[in-house]
Amino acid sequence: MNMPFYVAPEQLMKDRADFAQKGIARGRSLAAIEFDAGVLLCAENPSRNLRKISEIYDRIAFAGVGRYNEYDQLRIAGIRHADLKGYTYSRDDVDPQALANQYAQMLGQIFTHETKPLEVEILVASVGYRPDGDRMFHIRYDGSVSDEHGFAVLGGEAEAIRERLGRSYEDELSLSGGLKAAVAALAGDERTLGSGELEVAVLDRLDKGRCFRRLESGEIDGLL
Amino acid sequence: MTLPVFKPWDDPGPNFAGLLGHLDHRMVPLADAGSGMVAGGADRLPEIAHGTTVVASKYGNGVVIAGDRRATAGNLISHRNLTKVFPADKWSGVAIAGAAGPAVEMVKMFQLQLEHYEKVEGHPLSLEGKANQLSQMVRGHLPAAMQGFVVVPLFAGFDRRRGYGRLFAYDVTGGRYEEEDFVASGSGSLFARTVIKMGHRDSNTEDQAIDLMIQALFAAADEDSATGGPDSMRGIYPIVATITVDGYRELGESEIAGRFERLLDEFTEQHGGDRS
Repeated sequence: MNMPFYVAPEQLMKDRADFAQKGIARGRSLAAIEFDAGVLLCAENPSRNLRKISEIYDRIAFAGVGRYNEYDQLRIAGIRHADLKGYTYSRDDVDPQALANQYAQMLGQIFTHETKPLEVEILVASVGYRPDGDRMFHIRYDGSVSDEHGFAVLGGEAEAIRERLGRSYEDELSLSGGLKAAVAALAGDERTLGSGELEVAVLDRLDKGRCFRRLESGEIDGLL
Repeated sequence: MTLPVFKPWDDPGPNFAGLLGHLDHRMVPLADAGSGMVAGGADRLPEIAHGTTVVASKYGNGVVIAGDRRATAGNLISHRNLTKVFPADKWSGVAIAGAAGPAVEMVKMFQLQLEHYEKVEGHPLSLEGKANQLSQMVRGHLPAAMQGFVVVPLFAGFDRRRGYGRLFAYDVTGGRYEEEDFVASGSGSLFARTVIKMGHRDSNTEDQAIDLMIQALFAAADEDSATGGPDSMRGIYPIVATITVDGYRELGESEIAGRFERLLDEFTEQHGGDRS
């Protein structure tokens, strides 16, 4: 009779975490930053079609890094969650925290119970009616959630980028200032990133309905 | 409310109604609560609110769409400020005539479907696709329509692929008819249509097209008791919206009030200063 080898739970979790981290590190990173008129999301993404950033609901955006098919499935699940909730109750009742909790539950469940953890990190960002109402929830492959303030960084090189962005970040940056800080942090000292390699979107605080707006390359060039 | 995740072969895609159909009470509380609503026979119909006259007309590259504000239940006025003209999304609008409750619900569902599609797919439906979606929703409503809860929408939008405005009318079976010039629907539509027919020119400007809608709704309200006219006492006026390359734009209340005021002044002059 075949007996499976005993693997210590610590080892099992570590192996899975290593596996997920390796997958995430293969992709490029993404930064989100609060600015005076909303929340800016900026990803290094040479593809015009395979998007990392997208709209979830009136004041909520989604961003993901890692395996495209996996975070895209999470993105669609988030849109469904939000649209169903808005339909069942009201548009005012759709909140980012409930969505972040659901994502965390799902990622945590898959991390511990499925054959393979998801190789993704996601961000649920929402813009408030006033700056102190902005929210950013960073959810990792194992379901751990962190509540970020000011800015958030996702992806393989997150540590280095976070440090660079931390140095240039200040309260009440303009859109242009926020974008410059995010792009410089993503690029590092040795590279420069142009609009062709960037995917940028904002959640505009003053919009009444759907606040999510993509920035086209011309506009990105102008701001940079 | 949990995260709706499906197996790839079981996925409803960008279809919100399909998504609702996949779910049960865990996801949507009260999902089946209204399912027994239309069980009664047509002879035992309660009096429900009905919305009445809506009109739309093309001009240049745009479309104007308008509707009065009255809802009636039998011979009584049940609402004076019902909205019957809605933005469907940024580049299209929908106007409804018929049973107010199901009609407003249909609009809500239609708006949500367009938004849901746009978010899931990453780009909006074509105008043709939107018109067909509405057609399917009206067809799905046919059993209720057969019992008296008729809903007949008008759909107008700017076709961004072709670069001009388009207009669609529907019947209760979901039949979809693209209109070349103008259309009117609801109880006062006979009178409204006649007025538009007399005043419609291919060369009409936006300003002229809006005034024509105002005249048509005024005529409908003048002849049909179920259509509401301008109510300056309460400050309630018909809703008028234009859809152009810049998208859906609802006219401000003061602008509509001003246009009605000018129309009434003209009538007064014609009748030698006597408005009766």
